[in-house]
Amino acid sequence: MSKLTGAQILLRMLKEEGVDTIFGYPGGVVLDIYDELARTDLNHILVRHEQGAVHAADAYARVTGKVGVCLVTSGPGATNTVTGLATANCDSIPIVVITGQVPTRLIGNDAFQEVDIVGITRPCTKHNYLVKDVKDLAKTIKEAFHIARSGRPGPVLIDLPKDVSIAKTSFKLPDDIALRSYNPTYVPNRKQLQKVVELLKKAKKPLIFSGGGVILSRAHKELDELAKRNKIPVTSTLMGLGGFSGTDLLWLGMPGMHGTYRANMSISECDLMIAVGVRFDDRVTGKTDEFAPHAKIVQIDIDPTSIQKNIQVQVPVVGDCKISLELLNQMIAQEDMDAFEHHLWLDQIDNWRKTTPQVYDQKDVIKPQYVIEKLFELTKGEAIITTEVGQNQMWAAQYYHFTKPGRFISSGGLGTMGFGLPAAVGAQVAAPDKLVVDIAGDGSIQMNIQEMATAVQYALPVKVVILNNGFLGMVRQWQQLFYDRCYSSTKLQHTPDFVKLAEAYGAVGLRATKPEEVEKILKKGIACNNAVIMDFVVEPEECVYPMVPAGAPISKMLLV
Amino acid sequence: MTKKHILSILVDNEPGVLSRIAGLFSGRGYNIESLCVAETNEPLVSQITMVTKGDSAILEQIKKQVNKIINVIKVADLTDQKFVERELVLLKVNAKAEHRAEILRITDIFRGQIVDVGQEHFTINITGDSEKITAILTLLKPFGIREIARTGSIAMFR
Repeated sequence: MSKLTGAQILLRMLKEEGVDTIFGYPGGVVLDIYDELARTDLNHILVRHEQGAVHAADAYARVTGKVGVCLVTSGPGATNTVTGLATANCDSIPIVVITGQVPTRLIGNDAFQEVDIVGITRPCTKHNYLVKDVKDLAKTIKEAFHIARSGRPGPVLIDLPKDVSIAKTSFKLPDDIALRSYNPTYVPNRKQLQKVVELLKKAKKPLIFSGGGVILSRAHKELDELAKRNKIPVTSTLMGLGGFSGTDLLWLGMPGMHGTYRANMSISECDLMIAVGVRFDDRVTGKTDEFAPHAKIVQIDIDPTSIQKNIQVQVPVVGDCKISLELLNQMIAQEDMDAFEHHLWLDQIDNWRKTTPQVYDQKDVIKPQYVIEKLFELTKGEAIITTEVGQNQMWAAQYYHFTKPGRFISSGGLGTMGFGLPAAVGAQVAAPDKLVVDIAGDGSIQMNIQEMATAVQYALPVKVVILNNGFLGMVRQWQQLFYDRCYSSTKLQHTPDFVKLAEAYGAVGLRATKPEEVEKILKKGIACNNAVIMDFVVEPEECVYPMVPAGAPISKMLLV
Repeated sequence: MTKKHILSILVDNEPGVLSRIAGLFSGRGYNIESLCVAETNEPLVSQITMVTKGDSAILEQIKKQVNKIINVIKVADLTDQKFVERELVLLKVNAKAEHRAEILRITDIFRGQIVDVGQEHFTINITGDSEKITAILTLLKPFGIREIARTGSIAMFR
């Protein structure tokens, strides 16, 4: 049996797990791994900040459905991954982050670049490991990938001390993983599903409320069948966008704080809610006591902790979204189809759509919504959109109508500013032939702007659309609406010239200041083969509407 | 309704597992009243007995969240089931000559043992469920309790 070093075992196991791309940043204790990496055909993307590596791996995972992988050094390299890990943890994204660690004999001695990263990341990973013996390494890596991608997916961290990456041991492929303490339930209880069928038969105002779970389990076809065959309208959380076609007549738009009128009203009036792969986040529910007050709620989720946490549901179904919907569709198919008639409900929804559409008023200053709407038209909804966080993210969600899963890459749960650009880098690596656009604000783009250098170095033609309003717009909006326009620390008094900045990075910089320039600049930017920053100087005090004030019931929307 | 619950949790006997559980409780604002950890007859498995408080919705979340931790093998809620519970307490109580007979009598009634005697104190060892422990502490309090060491509950289905 051949003897391999820890570094060799690590890279061998990554290959075994189907990894072809790593996002990373080298440092002292991972030198041996990087040295070995140079002799493999693994594609390594050198980012400019470790946080960028994690977001890129996260987006890579969201686009490909594979596990994203990061490699960073100990100490600050490791702590810089924390925001990325928490982001992936909130959004249930499968990534494996490998951090170097000081040699085992120095652990606990406050050595140079030592932190207890396993301790630090315990609450923001699905699981994590410190590997102290090279003999455990292969099995640990296999286990880490298994945990990251199975059940409700999530980030897993492996902390690898330098001496373990140097130590040699005889290598043999580990056996299949069998963890007695971890066995996610994929196949739901049929009795529970039968209850759903019975409820559906009686329902006059049914509604499907889908979420990120549908995207993660690739259940969009089954969801489509459930909705269309039974004519049930669909609303999706931010994380669920693209799980159902955003241009379909049964589509209601997103619900919640910045949801559409018809989505929020449908939730408030429905008599049956089939919730699939959602966790009833406070940004969706508003005041929980008045959430779906007339509805029997069915909740399908692979994670039992998501059920009965924020909202009490009548029919819990623990299982994989895809398998559960597939079974549910089969069971419905055996029923009398006429039982599922509810045209009055559909008429009512159509009425809401007509009386209270989502609107903005495009006059002489560029409206941010107009930029997104034009982008949607020009790309025919085929682009992969990443977003930063704030108003830009909400307008992207409202005005770019996602028709397929894996096209909307956004930090939903954690709301991480600075996510969009590194995510665009990761998405472009994952889908080299696709158009990848980061919809950004002038605030959050500056949180990870350094990744422009990564995009240019690897000739990744990502397009950054900056909706430049000179403010930290979402916080400013709250100050305008709820703090008497006291714009405390939200005016960005000085912002770099993004066109020159793009050029300094070796990318292309474009700017539009008038509405009539928007389409031209977008076309020019999209057609460009390089990385591009498009700076749109937009209405400074535009707000995202509708808006449900924090803690209010979602039926109480501010419409303009 | 808030109620005391005794959870018996089987976990992988690995470093950091207790920290995962304790971190979950502090991070989510759950309450730990007492905690007891030791290896089981299977060396790869440890048992944690935890006393916690909460209404039924919180308890349901606690059990699910604890179960979700990768190193947790099993969570059992002993409350409302048939179980035996024991706690061990060492207590050092003032014992002047005129009180010694009375303290000895109380100790005897509770089937405790005097494990150390000083000039002016006894050290008493008591085992029992938490009600019994509370009862003897109440009785001995007037003499002046100098120091207490309690294990927290351990429990098992009958």
